[in-house]
Amino acid sequence: MTTDRVSASVLVLFALLVIWESRHLPLGTFHRPGPGYVPVFLAVLLLIFGVCLILTAGRAPWLSSLRWNEWRHALAILLTCVFAVFAIERLGYRLTVLLALVFLVKGVEKRGWVSSLAFAFSMAFGSFYLFYTILRVPLPQGPLGF
Amino acid sequence: MTETLHNLYLGFSVALAPSVLLYAFVGCVVGTLVGVLPGIGPLAGISLLLPASFGLDATSAIVLLAGIYYGAMYGGSTTSILMRIPGEAASVMTCIDGYEMTRRGRAGPALAIAAIGSYIAGTASIVGLMLLAPPLASFALRFGPPEYFALLLLGLLVLAYMSGGSMLKSLVMAVMGLLLGMIGIDPMTGFFRFSYGLVELGDGIGVVPVAVGLFGLSEILLTAGQPTATEIKKPRLKDLLPSREEWRDSIGPIGRGTVLGFIIGIIPGSAHIISSFVSYAVEKRLSKNPERFGHGAIAGVAGPESANNSATSGAFVPMLALGVPSGPIPAVMIAAMMVHGISPGPLLISQQPELFWGFIASMYVGNLVLLILNLPLVGIFVNVLRIPYPLLYPAILVFCVLGVYAVNGSAVDVGIMTATGALGYGLRKFDFETAPVVLGLILAPMMEMSFRQSLAMSSGSYAIFVNRPIALVMLAVGIALLLLSIAPFLIKKVDWRQRLGVAGGQDAREKESI
Repeated sequence: MTTDRVSASVLVLFALLVIWESRHLPLGTFHRPGPGYVPVFLAVLLLIFGVCLILTAGRAPWLSSLRWNEWRHALAILLTCVFAVFAIERLGYRLTVLLALVFLVKGVEKRGWVSSLAFAFSMAFGSFYLFYTILRVPLPQGPLGF
Repeated sequence: MTETLHNLYLGFSVALAPSVLLYAFVGCVVGTLVGVLPGIGPLAGISLLLPASFGLDATSAIVLLAGIYYGAMYGGSTTSILMRIPGEAASVMTCIDGYEMTRRGRAGPALAIAAIGSYIAGTASIVGLMLLAPPLASFALRFGPPEYFALLLLGLLVLAYMSGGSMLKSLVMAVMGLLLGMIGIDPMTGFFRFSYGLVELGDGIGVVPVAVGLFGLSEILLTAGQPTATEIKKPRLKDLLPSREEWRDSIGPIGRGTVLGFIIGIIPGSAHIISSFVSYAVEKRLSKNPERFGHGAIAGVAGPESANNSATSGAFVPMLALGVPSGPIPAVMIAAMMVHGISPGPLLISQQPELFWGFIASMYVGNLVLLILNLPLVGIFVNVLRIPYPLLYPAILVFCVLGVYAVNGSAVDVGIMTATGALGYGLRKFDFETAPVVLGLILAPMMEMSFRQSLAMSSGSYAIFVNRPIALVMLAVGIALLLLSIAPFLIKKVDWRQRLGVAGGQDAREKESI
């Protein structure tokens, strides 16, 4: 299986999903398009392009040739971002950044406790001071005032 | 001409006001730092400071953000030359010969030519912007919805055609972006589309979270955990002067890079990236010694660096004259202008001359500031890269989250950034370009609106798109591009984009080794 064939198959499935999800939207007519007209048209276009890509995917590299050496780091970073999504307004900016950085620097990068904490504290409080206090960018404080 | 000079005088009186000058300087410094740091491009830098610009007057805000944009183009070259790390994507081509020059002890001249070429290109292209934007804006007053629809469609087709890889894949990505742009309230009927009860999605998906996710976060995901070079070769000030031969070899590439960059900059897409690729390929083709490319040819530094700086000014032409963003960065700048109650477009130049001409004049000042900053202070800027990457990428990640959150004060935007970051990681692994996604997202609401308005104007007749000459010409050019991209399949001939790809292939190998 080539990489293009795999990705094109996913795109075709995505196009079908969009068409399915558009069923609640009024389509309108060819001459008077409704809110569902353009999304369905684009999804059909994506479907056609996806099928074309599947048909011409023979020369693409094999899926097994892709290297995923960085997947552990990538997963950890994505999990950190997910944590930030849920924590930033509940815990506040500084505490969220502090915990996220300790996780990444100590947990993922295996740095020492002292350097990890020093880095996390200075980044969390330093960036807050720069953006919130000096540049007046609104950032959440959280229930603990952090 | 007299009127232009009078307007420019007005512009300088605005740009040389101490507060505007200060923001131009701050923008240039931040932009240079953003350019130096890998993984955080001009878009992330602009997004970071976007909320901070809300409290400023419109001119200062736009001058600050533009300073970051062209400052990043300057900064990106420094790390490319000294460490073979492209600070931002447009500097990738500079790595090839720039780093070879460093290995041969010619880092100083490479940096000097990059900075001087950038300055010349930046300054000359502002003249182009100054002369082209006002007549284009007057011409655009004739545009109605059919012309805008044809223009936006042409923009997407040009981007797909200009992309180095497969046009089919680029079109797939553009359609994907257009589909993402369908999320939110339908402006003509008020229907909620694909928002799944999330109020934050009512206004659609923001450009900033998607662009930071697709470009910034995906870069971090791809590079984290990989070993990085730590050796930094800092040239002394006296080593910066190029030899007479190096000057001679650079003049032509700088001139050609300036013209090429400006023209490509006007075309929608990641103009500054494409322009440096095209410039490198052109210089290699025109060179009497093409075998020197890849082994420290100064033309391989002068051309691409001039082109990417010139492209930044070119990108401002459609933004200011037509109100059409040619990429994610101009789109964010349009958003910043709209926050201040200013709508870029054909009427901007006549209704807000202080802003337009002040902006033009500030670019002259900014380019001079950057030339002064980049040569003597290069050693200070590269020190940022002494920070080990295991500490640098978490810091960049914090800035990405901060920048995205701060634009709307919404955690949903951080979620969108995370999702698009994962998507961008996958797309880049599978060799898809992400720029068309962002451009599709930006253009989708405008395209749909102008399409449906056109049909409303013509009582549902599609003939309106071919009955109006300007729209017809633009659609014909778009179709011609489609046919040109299909032609190599039919006549089995290698077309010029594939030849460019061959030149860029070396770059890809370089990139893999970074």
